[in-house]
Amino acid sequence: MRVTQGQFSFLPDLTDDEIRLQVDYAIDRGWALAVEHTDDPHPRNTYWEMWGLPMFEIKDGAAVVYEVNACRKACPGHYIKVNAFDNAHGVESTVMSFIVQRPDDEPGFRLDRQEAAGRQVRYTTHAYATEQPAGRRR
Amino acid sequence: MNSPVDLGVITDLKQRYKGGVLKYRQMGYWRPDYEPKPTDVICLFRITPQDGVDAEEAAAAVAGESSTATWTVVWTDLLTACDDYRAKAYRVDIVPGTGPGTERETQYFAYVAYDLALFEEGSIANMTASLIGNVFGFKPLKALRLEDIRVPVAYVKTFKGPPTGIVVERERLDKFGRPLLGATMKPKLGLSGKNYGRVVYEALTGGLDFTKDDENINSQPFMHWRDRFLNCMEAVNRAQANSGEIKGHYLNVTAATMEAMYERAEFAKELGSCIVMVDLVIGWTAIQSMSEWARRNDMVLHMHRAGHSTYTRQKNHGISFRVIAKWLRLAGVDHLHAGTAVGKLEGDPMTVQGYYNVCRESFNPQDLARGLFFDQDWADLKKVMPVASGGIHAGQMHQLLHLFGDDVVLQFGGGTIGHPAGIQAGAIANRVALEAMVKARNEGVDIEHEGSAVLRAAAKWCRPLEQALETWKDVSFNYTSTDTPDFVATATVSV
Repeated sequence: MRVTQGQFSFLPDLTDDEIRLQVDYAIDRGWALAVEHTDDPHPRNTYWEMWGLPMFEIKDGAAVVYEVNACRKACPGHYIKVNAFDNAHGVESTVMSFIVQRPDDEPGFRLDRQEAAGRQVRYTTHAYATEQPAGRRR
Repeated sequence: MNSPVDLGVITDLKQRYKGGVLKYRQMGYWRPDYEPKPTDVICLFRITPQDGVDAEEAAAAVAGESSTATWTVVWTDLLTACDDYRAKAYRVDIVPGTGPGTERETQYFAYVAYDLALFEEGSIANMTASLIGNVFGFKPLKALRLEDIRVPVAYVKTFKGPPTGIVVERERLDKFGRPLLGATMKPKLGLSGKNYGRVVYEALTGGLDFTKDDENINSQPFMHWRDRFLNCMEAVNRAQANSGEIKGHYLNVTAATMEAMYERAEFAKELGSCIVMVDLVIGWTAIQSMSEWARRNDMVLHMHRAGHSTYTRQKNHGISFRVIAKWLRLAGVDHLHAGTAVGKLEGDPMTVQGYYNVCRESFNPQDLARGLFFDQDWADLKKVMPVASGGIHAGQMHQLLHLFGDDVVLQFGGGTIGHPAGIQAGAIANRVALEAMVKARNEGVDIEHEGSAVLRAAAKWCRPLEQALETWKDVSFNYTSTDTPDFVATATVSV
């Protein structure tokens, strides 16, 4: 399966040049950029690991692509995304987010159902990627 | 008769309150010298007076009938600070393009100011009972339309506004930097709960973010509401597991009574839905109650504007949708259908952009070309996500993104479910078209003019998009809009 979080998951994976163009779009608007990675693609996993601090007031998009590649090297089996953050009054939130690396094998999710009263079902989304204990995952 | 007195405010108390009928302007409702206070509510009315009624008297009558006046003089006014409570018509302009030498009968824009003390805090019901109450049936006017309203910050701050807002909704959904995609389930009536859930499942699994009940799906003989909710949530959860993305289905909780709406909303919450919807026809009080409920229960509240066209569409009478949008932002909804400009439903592109600005901006500057007559400061009230729905398809993606930007839900109902290769293929086509267009725009492509080429390029590797473009290539709805702004760059005052 293919996890389709982010802005561009329905498109072919972005090349480094294409990543750079998106980063430049964010820089032009004065947004900060951040690289994040995880081995847990659960849709409610809000906090991916930060690859360093967000890059505020950067001028050169090459720095972001450099960090993406450093993160790829350190975490070859992880999901990695680039986020842009707008600190303007009234937004103060993420305004771009797209995946720039995903594992070769994406095992996906199992939907567990617990039958409850009436015809109700309680659902749990289980990420196969997290079946191994955290300390033994790569 | 005694015309000098006729034209002005009667200040002599004995004359003013001796009993009988006076002109509204003699009673003090026409005040050309009045400077509106920053705390006043200001309304702009479009007035079509009956023959023989002059513009100032008509404006004064509107001010009177929407505030303190009745048809005759009452001495009990003197027991009040009546001058404060009288609304004041302070400016009248002839509407450009109407009157002698044009094809349309004479209309006027009348500006009326209302003191803040006239309104109960945080109550749209109270504000509307004055501003669009008796006055709309008033005989000396042939027609009357509330075109725009300036709500002072002092009054804005008494409303809680959207329970979630655009920023928090995106954070909950974990979706940023692109419009959201939705679809209304079709056929809107007649499907069983199980078959209905099938359509939800296919559309969400294919790639949409949201699916939606239509406005008139409640609890009919073919599908009980609980059955709809259970099947839709099975579909939502399956689609989430298939994609690793948060998905949602707007469960319509509209019902005959508040008790029934609360019951349905509670059930939606128990089942884990992230969003519920109501129709505009439930009324202002019910909308504000559901907004409070949504706030208490971390629920996104979707508003379907069912019924609005009965009073928003005709230019001479009713209420502009921009006013309805302002009231709904105050009342507190998170999603609001605000038009497509390019689809099957009424909407001049600039006018529709004006509605979007009302929903999304922190401050609306005056923008006559978009129908916004006043600066409007929203005082940090959360932002409403506009929804574009009705007769749109993947082939219009560049126009939609160009017109509306990222903060919008684009809803392709027929444009998803009617895809020749199936619902999932329809959803894939829309999602690929959207992502390709956002990517191209960010890369610096002029999508307004080169968007078709972007779509064609993506269709080369995405067969469902190729089929969608082929199927709907000639579909457009090019009819003249009935509701367009009337303005000239510098409006002239006629007094």
